[in-house]
Amino acid sequence: MRPYLLKGHERPLTQVKYNREGDLLISCAKNLYPCLWLAEDGRRLGTYEGHNGAVWTCEISLDSQRLITASADQTVRIWELPTGKELHQIKMNEPCRASALSVGEKLLAFTTDSFMGVPPQIHIVDVDLQAAPGSGPIAGDKPRLTFDAPKGRITRVGWIEQNRVLITSHDGGFVRRWDAETGEMLQEAQVHEDAIQDMQFSADGSYVVTASLDKAAKLVDVTTLEVLKTYKTGRFVQSAAVSPILDHILLGGGQDASQVTTTSAKAGGFEARFFHKIYTEEFGNVRGHFGPINSVAFSPDGRSFVTGGEDGYVRVHHFDNDFFSTKWL
Amino acid sequence: MAATMEPVDPLAVAAQLFRDQPPGFPFEGYDLEELILPDGDDMGIRSDEGGSEEEEVEAVSGFGSVIVVDNLPKVPDEKHDKLLSVLKKIYGQIGNIRDGGVVMPKDAAGVTQGYAFIEFSHPMEAQAARAQTNGYQLDKAHRFVVTLFDDFERYGRVPDEYAPPEAKSVVQQENLHSWLTDKLGRDQFVVRFGDDAVVCWNDGRRGRADEVYKRTFWTESFVQWSPLGNMLATMHRQGIAVWGGTPGGEFVRLNRFQHGGAQLIDFSPGERYVMSYSSVEPTNPRESMGIVLNVFDTRSGKLLRRFEGPMEEYAVGSAAGPQGSLRWPFFKWAGGLDDQYFARLGRGKLCVHQSSDMYMIGKKSIELVGIQDFEWSPAEPLLAVYTAESGQTPARVTLMKLPEKAELRQKNMYSVSDVKIYWHPQGDYLAVKVDRFTKTKKSTTTGFELFSIRERDIPMEVLELPSKIERTLAFAWEPKGHRFAVVHGDTSRPNVSFYSMKDAKGKLGVHLVGTLTNKSVNGLHWSPAGRNIVLSGLKALNGQLEFFNVDEFETMATAEHFMATDVEWDPTGRYVATSVNATHQMENGFNIWTFNGRLLYHTPRDRFYQFCWRPRMPSLLPADKEAEIQKNLKSYSKRYDEEDEALLMQADADVLQERARMAEEWRAWSEARAAYVEAQAAFRREVFGAAAEEPEFTVKTVSVEQVLDVREEPYSGN
Repeated sequence: MRPYLLKGHERPLTQVKYNREGDLLISCAKNLYPCLWLAEDGRRLGTYEGHNGAVWTCEISLDSQRLITASADQTVRIWELPTGKELHQIKMNEPCRASALSVGEKLLAFTTDSFMGVPPQIHIVDVDLQAAPGSGPIAGDKPRLTFDAPKGRITRVGWIEQNRVLITSHDGGFVRRWDAETGEMLQEAQVHEDAIQDMQFSADGSYVVTASLDKAAKLVDVTTLEVLKTYKTGRFVQSAAVSPILDHILLGGGQDASQVTTTSAKAGGFEARFFHKIYTEEFGNVRGHFGPINSVAFSPDGRSFVTGGEDGYVRVHHFDNDFFSTKWL
Repeated sequence: MAATMEPVDPLAVAAQLFRDQPPGFPFEGYDLEELILPDGDDMGIRSDEGGSEEEEVEAVSGFGSVIVVDNLPKVPDEKHDKLLSVLKKIYGQIGNIRDGGVVMPKDAAGVTQGYAFIEFSHPMEAQAARAQTNGYQLDKAHRFVVTLFDDFERYGRVPDEYAPPEAKSVVQQENLHSWLTDKLGRDQFVVRFGDDAVVCWNDGRRGRADEVYKRTFWTESFVQWSPLGNMLATMHRQGIAVWGGTPGGEFVRLNRFQHGGAQLIDFSPGERYVMSYSSVEPTNPRESMGIVLNVFDTRSGKLLRRFEGPMEEYAVGSAAGPQGSLRWPFFKWAGGLDDQYFARLGRGKLCVHQSSDMYMIGKKSIELVGIQDFEWSPAEPLLAVYTAESGQTPARVTLMKLPEKAELRQKNMYSVSDVKIYWHPQGDYLAVKVDRFTKTKKSTTTGFELFSIRERDIPMEVLELPSKIERTLAFAWEPKGHRFAVVHGDTSRPNVSFYSMKDAKGKLGVHLVGTLTNKSVNGLHWSPAGRNIVLSGLKALNGQLEFFNVDEFETMATAEHFMATDVEWDPTGRYVATSVNATHQMENGFNIWTFNGRLLYHTPRDRFYQFCWRPRMPSLLPADKEAEIQKNLKSYSKRYDEEDEALLMQADADVLQERARMAEEWRAWSEARAAYVEAQAAFRREVFGAAAEEPEFTVKTVSVEQVLDVREEPYSGN
C-alpha cells in the first residue's frame, strides 16, 4: 500500500474530500487555492483561484459539476468544478467556516465565525446549482435565514431528517440540533470536553463521528445526540471518518503543530489510526506525515483513504486486497 | 445584615430548595465533617458580613503579637534603661518591636518585677521570638521563660483538679492485610489521573487491570502508599488522610492528620509515624521561607512534635536544593522496622532524634564539623556520614552506630570534590562514590569505596572505573544479592558494567562480571528479587527498555515505551510498569510488562500523574524455607501452570463474550434506527429522482486530443 504523495499546497491542509463517485478529490488548505486531483493516481487536474484567505471547507455537488468553498476571506464561492471557473460569491462580513448542501441541493447552510462583536452564526441560503452559468442567479443575494449560535466556533454543519434539522459541532465540545425552518435550537449535548474539530456522517447518515482535542473520537446518534461509542487515543484528534463498507473508524491528528519541533518527529503521533467501530479497539496505523493530520476521508467505495496534514501534504492510500481478507480483531 | 442572621440548619434549607427531591438530597453521600474548614481557613473567600466583626477580630488578635518574658533581673530605676536596651537589642533582631512596645512593670519602690511585655508588629514575629529565646541564658542566674500573651488565657483554663480521661471502648479495626490473601497472588497498584485515583489489581496472567476502588477527588495532589502497604495517604488542604483497604475492596479512612497546606509526607519504615511538611511564605520579602514539619503517631493521629523554623536552618549540605530550597526528605528515618530514630543535618552537626520522646538522643546533637551528607542503613540504626574536606582536615566517611554514637569504621580521603552514599537495600554493603580532583584540579575522576558491613571489622575495597575520565551516570545495588550495576562513560552512548562483591565460591572480593557497551541507558532498575534488571533510556532517550538477566548475562528482550518517564517493578519482581506522566502532552498512560519484557497490556489515561505499586510486607517465610521452595520450583509451578491455563481460557472467553455483547448491542441499535435510515433514503430518492440511484460504474478511457499551438519552423539541422 504505497501512498501517493500529493504536494499542491505549501500551507497546512484544512479538508480533503472525495466526490460522490470517488474518482475525484478536492483538497483545501490555508493557502488560497483548493486543488482538484484524480483520486486514482493523484494527478492534479487543476486549482481554483480566486480566494483571498485560508479555505476552511468545501462541498461537492452530487453530480460533481459544482464546488462550494468557504473561506476566511469572508466569502463562500461556487465554482464550476470541471473548469475551475468561479460562478458566484456570497459575500459576508465574517470569516466563513463550515458549509453543507441540503438533500436536493436547493439550500446551502454555512457558518461564520464570531468577528468584530458579531456572534458565530449559521446561515441558510437558496441555491440553484443547475442554473447554467450566466443564465440566472445561482444563489440568493442574502441568506434566507440567519441565526446566532452560542459563543465558540462552529466547526461543522450538516443536514439531517429530511432537511428539517441542522446538526452542528462546536468549540466547547457541543453538538447541537437546530430547526432549519426557524433557527430555533432543538437540543444540545456536550459530548466532548474540548473543541470538536471535525464531524463526518456515516454512510447511512444515522450517526456522526466527532473528532476532538480532548484526545477522543465519538460516535453520536444524530437524532438523540446520544454517544454510542468512544475511541480514546491519548493524542489530539483533528479528524475522523467512518468506513462505508467495514466496521472501521479512521482517526487523524497528533501533537499540536506549535509544539512539534520541541520533540522528535516520532513523538508527535502523526499516524493515521484505525479503530474497530464496535469493539473500539485500535488495530493498526499508517505512518507518513511529519506534522499532525488535519483531515481524513474514506473514498465512497471504502477501498482507499486520504489524509491531509499540517505538513502541506495530501497522502492517498489504496488498500491492498489482503486488507479486506485479513481478520483484524 | 449580620443582625438578621439566624442559625441555619443546612438540611432544612436544602429541603426547601429541593422540594421534589428525596430528603437529604443533595447532601447525601457527603461527610459533613469533611466539608468544615479548619480554623482560620476561609479558602481565600473574604466574608462580606460587614466590617464590625472584622475589627473585633483585629482587637482580639492584637495580643497575638505580644510576648511575656519572665526571669529577667530585677533592677532598680537607674538600671532600668540599660535592661531595656538589652531587651531591645535581643528582640530587635528577631522582629520589629512597636514603638513603646517594651513594658516592664515596676513595684512601688521602682524596682522592676522581673518580667516584661514586648509587642511586635506581627504575631509571626512573636512566635519566632518565643521559639528562639525561650530558655535564653542572659547570665548565670537568669534564663528567659518566654510565653505568648494569648497562651496565658489557655493555661488559665486548665482545671486544677485532675479528671481521668474516659476510657474509650475498643473499636475493631478492619483487616488491612486482607488484600495479601488474594487467591491469585496478585499485586495492587494505585494510579492517579485526571481527577481520579484508582486502586487496581494487576492481573498479569489475563493481561488486564481489575478495578478495586475508585474515587474522584480522593486527593488534592498526590497519593502515597505507606512503606508496608497497609495504608494509602491522600493530601488535602487541611492535612493528610490515611486509608486502608477492607476485605470488601473498599477503602475506609483510618485517620486524619491536621496540617494546613501540607505539601509532602513521609512515613517511618515501620509505619508507626508520619511526617508532614509545608513551607511557609515569609511575611515580608526580606525574610526567608519558613518550614513546618509535624510528626504524628499514625495510629492515634496525635501530634507528637512540631519543627518550625527558617528554611535555611534545614537546607544544609545534601538537604539543600538549588536557590536555598529544601530536598525532601530532610529528616531521614533509621532503617529497620523499629522506627526508633530519625535524623537531620544541621550546620556542623547531626541531630538524631529518638522517636520515644521525640527529643535528640541525650538532648544533644552530634557535632561533626563540615558534615555534608548522611544516610541510614536500610536495615538497622547505622549511619554513614560524610564530612567535607577543609584545610588540613581530610574528607571523611564515618560509619556510626546509634544510639551508642560509636564509630565503627572511618575512611579519610583527600582532594575530594563530591561524595555520594549508596546503601545496599538489605544493608549488607555500602558504596561510597568519590569524585576526586585530578592534580591540576581542573577535572575529576570517580572511584568507589565499597564496605562490607556484615564482615568482621567491615573491610573496605576500592574500585576504579576502567577509564579514569569517565563519568558515572547511575549506580544501583542488586536487592537480595551481592552485585551492583554502574552506568558510566559518554552521556549519549554510555556503558553498563556489572560488578560482584563475591566470587563464585562466596569469597569476598569485588570483580567485574561484565560490561555492555554503547547502550542508550540513563536508568537502572533492579528487580526487587534481584537477578533481573531493566536498563532504561527515559526522557531524552524516548523510553528505550532493555530487560536483562544478570545471572545468565543475556538480554531477555528489548522494547520501547515511547516517551516513558517512569519504570517501577512490582514488589515481587514479576512485573514491570512503565508510564508516561502528564509532563508530556500526549501518550499518557501506563504499560505492564512481564519481568522478561513481554508487554501484557497498555492503558491510556489522559492527564496521568502517578503509578505506584502497593508495597508488600516483608515475607514471613524463613530464608531456608524460601530456598527450599526455590529448589523445588518445578513441582510447584506445574500446579500453577494449570491454573494459569484455565485463567487464560477464561480471559479469552471473557473478551469474546464482551465483543459479542457489543456487537449485539450495535445490531440492536442499528435495527432500531433502520426506519430512520429508510426514511432518509426515501427522501433522497424523492428529491434527487434518478440521480440518487447508485449508478453502475464502468471505467471508460477517453482520449482527447487538443491542439495547443501549431508553428512552422525552418529545419536547421545538417
